[in-house]
Amino acid sequence: MTQVRPDNHSLLFTPLAHMNLPIRSLTLAVAAALALSACGKKEDAQTGSAGAVVKIGQASPLTGPQAHLGKDNENGVRLALEEANAKGVEVGGAKVKFELVSEDDQADPKQGTLVAQKLVDGKVAGVLGHLNSGTTIPASRIYSEAGLPQVSPSATNPKYTQQGFKTAFRVMANDVQQGKVLGSYAVNKLNAKAIAIIDDRSAYGQGLADEFQKAVEAAGGRIVAREFTNDKATDFTAILTKVKSKSPDLVFYGGMDSQAGPMARQIKALGVKAPMLFGDGGCTTEFSKLAGDAAEGNYCSLPGVPLEKMSGGTEFKARFKARFNVDIQLYAPYAYDAANVMIDAMKRANSTDPKRYLPLLGKTDFPGVTGRIVFDDKGDLMNGAITLYQSRGGQWQPLETVGGGDISPAAVAASLDKAADGGAKPVGAQGIAMENVKAVEQGTKGPGY
Amino acid sequence: MIPMDTFLQQIVNGLVLGSIYALVALGYTMVYGIMGLINFAHGEVVMIGALTAVSVLQLLAGSALPAPLQALMACGVAALVCMAVGFLVERVAYRPLRHAPRLAPLITAIGVSIVLQHLAMLIWGRNYHTFPTLMSSTPHAIGGAGITDLQILIVVLAALVMGGLMLLVNRTRLGRAMRATSENTAIAGLMGVDINRIIALTFVIGSALGALAGIMVGANYGIAHYGMGSLLGLKAFTAAVLGGIGNLPGAMLGGVLLGVIESLGAGYIGDATGGFFGSNYQDVFAFFVLILVLVFRPSGLMGEKVAERA
Repeated sequence: MTQVRPDNHSLLFTPLAHMNLPIRSLTLAVAAALALSACGKKEDAQTGSAGAVVKIGQASPLTGPQAHLGKDNENGVRLALEEANAKGVEVGGAKVKFELVSEDDQADPKQGTLVAQKLVDGKVAGVLGHLNSGTTIPASRIYSEAGLPQVSPSATNPKYTQQGFKTAFRVMANDVQQGKVLGSYAVNKLNAKAIAIIDDRSAYGQGLADEFQKAVEAAGGRIVAREFTNDKATDFTAILTKVKSKSPDLVFYGGMDSQAGPMARQIKALGVKAPMLFGDGGCTTEFSKLAGDAAEGNYCSLPGVPLEKMSGGTEFKARFKARFNVDIQLYAPYAYDAANVMIDAMKRANSTDPKRYLPLLGKTDFPGVTGRIVFDDKGDLMNGAITLYQSRGGQWQPLETVGGGDISPAAVAASLDKAADGGAKPVGAQGIAMENVKAVEQGTKGPGY
Repeated sequence: MIPMDTFLQQIVNGLVLGSIYALVALGYTMVYGIMGLINFAHGEVVMIGALTAVSVLQLLAGSALPAPLQALMACGVAALVCMAVGFLVERVAYRPLRHAPRLAPLITAIGVSIVLQHLAMLIWGRNYHTFPTLMSSTPHAIGGAGITDLQILIVVLAALVMGGLMLLVNRTRLGRAMRATSENTAIAGLMGVDINRIIALTFVIGSALGALAGIMVGANYGIAHYGMGSLLGLKAFTAAVLGGIGNLPGAMLGGVLLGVIESLGAGYIGDATGGFFGSNYQDVFAFFVLILVLVFRPSGLMGEKVAERA
């Protein structure tokens, strides 16, 4: 857990405001205790009768600045579980009913571990989450110790799968892959030589910005400013004024849409002509809404291929809208896939027992709405595609997709093979991940580019 | 060497941010001055003001009314809603506890803040709301620094409102009653001041200022969200403490100072320390100044009457 930076907001408490800390944590503790005791009663009744109700955990920020994204993930998981229930899934000879247990981690690492423990104690069969890297990484230790499979739809910090946990998986390309694509795209395609970088100091934003910086420097670009904000801020004029004084060709922001939107507005109001570039966190319709006119011409990247190009992607979009009467914000398709990957592993193992289906989760080869999902030996997505978008007419228009071609049959065979020894993952092994990155790099130079 | 235009721009940034802080800080400081209560729910009132204005503007979006009139109506409705919220909060949550130990209303204030925030979440949802653009955002160049019409309006309006409040408190009958209540509630009551009315009015006026500040934040940054009040409230509270809580000119000075310190801190801390500290220390910098001020002037920059309060 030491690798995760503490949340910035603790720095903001004033000498007097510290009074609300013990009170808040006390109420939380009481609430958690009540909730736990309530859970305890329910699950006792269920564990006895095999194949009755299977609880699936979901954790994301349901309150706070990223609540819109957190709810989006929850909806994605909910849709997958409801569809599975409607279709009817038989495991171990009996029909099972999936039940969603959704927890609010407030995008806060401390809260993330708290709800992780709550899910473990609530005897869920698996966890889909968390949304943020900052919450996913500390929570993954708790799931690993409990032997509980975890598939994160959207945590992209490479550390998540580098800890050697057998239980950690993700269905999205990580930030090493995304940072590389973004960095080489900025320098080689957008011809940006002087680049300013801003990040929100979260595990995600900082991680992506660091990888982006490495890639820019490797491609021969120059970093003229490196500035910071936090994931609750709305005023960026001070750092943007400093950025302006360095006259960059491009401004990169590692963080979420709730900051990216106002930032694009403010940078325009300050008269900076350089376009902005974001990772997946800024690649949302919410960004286009928040930035207004200032959205035009900016760039972003999103792991996976555009939903419209996926088989069943448009149809998924319509189903989602019909069920929840809201549009997809960002990660719902990934959350949907994550849930289906987990259900698929349970079907193949013919068991909802984490011990039984975890080895088969590693041997996944699943056609999801975001792409074909095959895990490497660390639980990372194999050969994840990354698509670049530009904002035109108030919408993100796909420019091109990098990587994500067919996975070589040998690699798939190796992946499906590997768990035969019990799914042991070598700690800190770089092999497959680097190959993956190379594949992406080759993608950028390939003829189809 | 520091380029002059960048420096000027940072001062402008700080002034705009500081004006907003100052308006919110007034709400904290007025209530504290009169009741000795830190109304932590004030940040949420600011948020409700911004979101109400968004709703009004969305309703009016299709109408043929001119933009300034729409803005005025949004301000009016938001102010009325916030005044009602402020009045209700005082009546329901604080008045019954007026003679309770001081910790009780403080905890209640935190509770009210959480309740208001979640009510707003239920009403306006979790999504961010775009604040409709009513004024052009093309910057005017003044001495190398850019400032938009809206930002000029924010600074001027904040100054006017604060001036008006000073007149109200120092020159009117109501203001005299407020000052008397602040000095000694019991004696003021014996002298014929309707204490309940004065305290309720203080909340109502503070909430109206909060509504205005909320609209300024929304318009300036283009967004409104149910969670926007907590951080803003915290910063404004800090500004009030910096200037001397309970003191009106102190809150204004504290707000503007905090805004300028934050801007200059974020803009120059990296260069000044040779990259050792970056703009991630922006807030640390602001609070470091606060600690320094409190060490040397425990009652804040313009705070007085320490002996009486202690």
